[in-house]
Amino acid sequence: MSLQEVDSGPAPALAPAAVSLAGVEKRFGAVTALAGVSLAVPKGACVGLVGHNGAGKSTLMNVLAGTLAPDTGSVAITGRDVTAGYAIATARENGVRCIFQEGSLCPNLTVAENARIEHPSLTGFSWRTDAGRLIRQKLDEIFPGHGIRPGAMVADLSIARRQMVEIARAFTVTASPVDVVILDEPTSSLDQTIAEQLLAHIRRFVEAGGSAIFISHLLGEVLEISDRVVVMRDGKVVAERPARDFDRDGLVAAMGSVAAAASAAPAASRRTAAPRVDIDAGRGSTVRLTAHTGEIVGLAGLAGHGQTDALLTVFDGGGAGDRVEGAVAFIAGDRQTDGAFPLWSIAENLGISSLGALRRGRLISTAAEDALAARWRERIGIRTPDVWNPLLSLSGGNQQKVLFARALASDADIILMDDPMRGVDVGTKQEVYKILREEADKGRTFLWYTTEMDELLICDHVYVFRDRMIVADLARADLTEEAVIQASFRHDA
Amino acid sequence: MTGPAFARLLRGALPALSLALLLGAIFYLQPRTMSYFGLNLLLNLAVPIALATVAQMLILTVNDLDLSIGSYVSLTACIAATWLRDTPLLGLLALGGGVLAYGALGALIHLRNLPSIVVTLGMSFVWLGLAILVLPTPGGKAPDIVRALMTWKPPYVPFPIIACVVIAALAHVALMRSPYGAVLRGAGGNPRAVARAGWSLLRVKVTMYMAAGFVGALAGIALVGLTTSADANIALRYTLLSIAGAILGGSEFVGGRVSPIGAVIGAITLTLAASFLSFLRLNPDFQIGAQGAILILVLALRALIGRAEKDR
Repeated sequence: MSLQEVDSGPAPALAPAAVSLAGVEKRFGAVTALAGVSLAVPKGACVGLVGHNGAGKSTLMNVLAGTLAPDTGSVAITGRDVTAGYAIATARENGVRCIFQEGSLCPNLTVAENARIEHPSLTGFSWRTDAGRLIRQKLDEIFPGHGIRPGAMVADLSIARRQMVEIARAFTVTASPVDVVILDEPTSSLDQTIAEQLLAHIRRFVEAGGSAIFISHLLGEVLEISDRVVVMRDGKVVAERPARDFDRDGLVAAMGSVAAAASAAPAASRRTAAPRVDIDAGRGSTVRLTAHTGEIVGLAGLAGHGQTDALLTVFDGGGAGDRVEGAVAFIAGDRQTDGAFPLWSIAENLGISSLGALRRGRLISTAAEDALAARWRERIGIRTPDVWNPLLSLSGGNQQKVLFARALASDADIILMDDPMRGVDVGTKQEVYKILREEADKGRTFLWYTTEMDELLICDHVYVFRDRMIVADLARADLTEEAVIQASFRHDA
Repeated sequence: MTGPAFARLLRGALPALSLALLLGAIFYLQPRTMSYFGLNLLLNLAVPIALATVAQMLILTVNDLDLSIGSYVSLTACIAATWLRDTPLLGLLALGGGVLAYGALGALIHLRNLPSIVVTLGMSFVWLGLAILVLPTPGGKAPDIVRALMTWKPPYVPFPIIACVVIAALAHVALMRSPYGAVLRGAGGNPRAVARAGWSLLRVKVTMYMAAGFVGALAGIALVGLTTSADANIALRYTLLSIAGAILGGSEFVGGRVSPIGAVIGAITLTLAASFLSFLRLNPDFQIGAQGAILILVLALRALIGRAEKDR
C-alpha cells in the first residue's frame, strides 16, 4: 500500500530546517515509545503531527522540548547539532517553546506571575507590571476580547482561559527568541471561535518566518493549518506528505494498520439472555452499554473520553434505570496510585480481594493465603521464587499480573479493566489474553477499556467513546481498526 | 467572576478578623491591657513565635513540613546564650552551620525524594541532642545587644508591634513581590511547570530550606533576648505552634498557597489566645485544649469559606 511509504523527497526548504530530528529512539522499560524517528520542520512552515493513542507524539514532543533525553539519534537546530547535553535550557535558548497537553501553569500564581516564570529576564522593580503588560499584549494579539486580567489568579480561570494564557505565554518574547512553537492538543479545551483565533495566529506566526508543530486529534484542524502532515504509528513515522495531498480518510487510513483483518473466527454471539450489565454510559449516549455473561466487552476511543468513568459507573452499581448484576472487581491501569500496596508481599496483594474466603474463624489464615497465591502463581505465571516476597521485587509486568490475579481470584462476576496492559511486555500480554478468554468461557464478564487495537480484536463487542459518549457500537463481525479510528475522530473536524 | 475573588478576599481577611476579635475580647475583659505597657507585655513572646511561623511557612511553600523547627529554635537559642555571647565568632559560625545544614536537608529531601516529615522528625532529635551538648543545664545569658534590642522601648508604638510589622513586610516582599519569589511559590503550585520553564527545583528547595534555617535562627536569638537565659527544651512547642500559626494565617499544606502577613498574624493570634484564656480565669489544665478549640473554630470557618469558593 502506498500509504505505508514515507515520502522521502527533500522538503522544499532553501535554508536548513528550523529544527530536525534524525533516528531518534526512546524506550521506557519494555516499551518502545520512539523507534527511530526522523523529522524536519522547515522555517516558515507548520507541520501537523497525527497518530492514534501511544503512537509516540507526546514523547517526540518531550524530546524536542528537552524534557526527555533520547536514547539514540540526534537533534539539530537550524542545522547545528545540539544533541549533546540538550536540555530544557538549551531548547529555550534556541527558541523552542512548548505548549504541553496537561497544564503547565501554576494555579497559585497570577497570570502575570506565570508569565514571569517563563521569562527569567523579567526582573527589576517593575517586573510585575512588565510581565502583566507582556502577557496582556500577547493575549490581545492572539485572542482579541479574551477578558483575562493579568492580576487574576490562575486557579480562578476557566480551563479554556488557562489554555489561552498558556498559549499566549509560549509566544511571548523577552531575552530568547521564539522560533519553533510546539502545540500539543492546544484546542482541546477551546471553543470554535477561540480555536479559529489560535489557528489564524499560528498562520501569521508561520508566515512571519516562525515554525510550528501542531499535534491534534481534530484532523480537520490539522489539515487546515499545516503545510505538511506527519503520521505516526507505533513510535515510527509512517507517512509524511504535503497537507494538500491528504484528506481526512487518507489520514485515518494511514494511522491504522492496513492489514487489520487478521481476526479470529468470531465466536457465536452470547447476546441471547438478559444482559448482566446495562448502563447509560455518559450523557446523551443513544446507545446503552451492555455486557452479557461470558463476554469480553471492549471500550475504545481516544484516551480520556469517558471510558474510565463508564467503568466507575459499573463499579458503583450504576444509577437509576441501570443494571449491574453480580460482584464487581476492578483492575487499575495506574498501578502505582490505584492498584498496588507497595509495602505488602505478593501474597497479601493478591489476597486482598478475597479476604472473606481466606478467613478461618475471625482471622485471616496464612495457610489459605499461601495456597491461593501459590495457585495463581502457577496459573498466571508470576515469576517469583516465593509469594511472600515483597511486591516490588517483581518486574512491572509481573506486578500487573498480581493485580490481574487479585481480581480473578476473587468471586467477582464482572471484571472491569482500566487499560491495565499499558507498558506491559508482549509475552505477558499474550499470557493474560489467554487467561481472560478462559475465564470468560467460564461465565465471567469483562469490561475492558483499552487503547490498543490488538486488544480490541480479542473482544466480543466494542463500544467506541468520544466526548464522553458512545458513538459506535461494533459487534465482533463489524470490528475493524478503521471503524474504530473513524468513530474516534470527529467527523466535522 | 467575582464569586471566587470575593471568597478569597474573605479568606484573606479571616486571620486579621480573628485577631481583631480576640484583641477586642481581651481589651473588654482586661481594659488595662489597652496601653503601651500592656500591649508590650501581651505581645512580647509573639516575636520569636512569629519568626518560627514564617520559617515554617517557607517550608510549607514548597509542599514540605518541618517537624524540627522547635528543637532547631531551641538549639539556636542555646548557641545564642552561650557561644554567641562568649565567643561571637564561634557563635556566628555555629549559627551559619545550622543554616547550611538546613540547606543540605532541603537538597537531601529533593534529590532522594524523601518525605520531609520523616527527615525533619529525625533531625528534631539531632537538634535537641546538639542543644543539650551546647547547654547541658538551663542557663547561659543573652548577648547584651540582643537583650537591649528585645527590651527596647520606642516612643508611641511598642517594640513587638514594630518587630512583627517589619517581619511581615520583609517576608511579604521577599516571597510575594520579588521576581524569584514567584518562582519559589510556583514550585509549590506546579513543580513540573517550573522545571519545564528551565528553573532548578533543587535550587528552589535549598533556597527555601536555608531561608527557613536563617529565620529559625533569628527566632532562637529573639527568644533568648526575651528570656535572658536558655534551655535545651525552651522552644519545643514551637513546632506545633508554627504549623498552627501558618495554617491559621491562611497558608495551606500543599499547593504553594501561603501568606507571610497571615502567618505573622496567626502567630500573634495564638500568643494572644493563651493570654485571653488566662484572663478568662480558665483552669490552666484546660488551656491547651481551649487553645485547640479556638484553632478548630477558625479553621472550620475557613473551610466553610473554601467551600463557598468552590461552589461559586
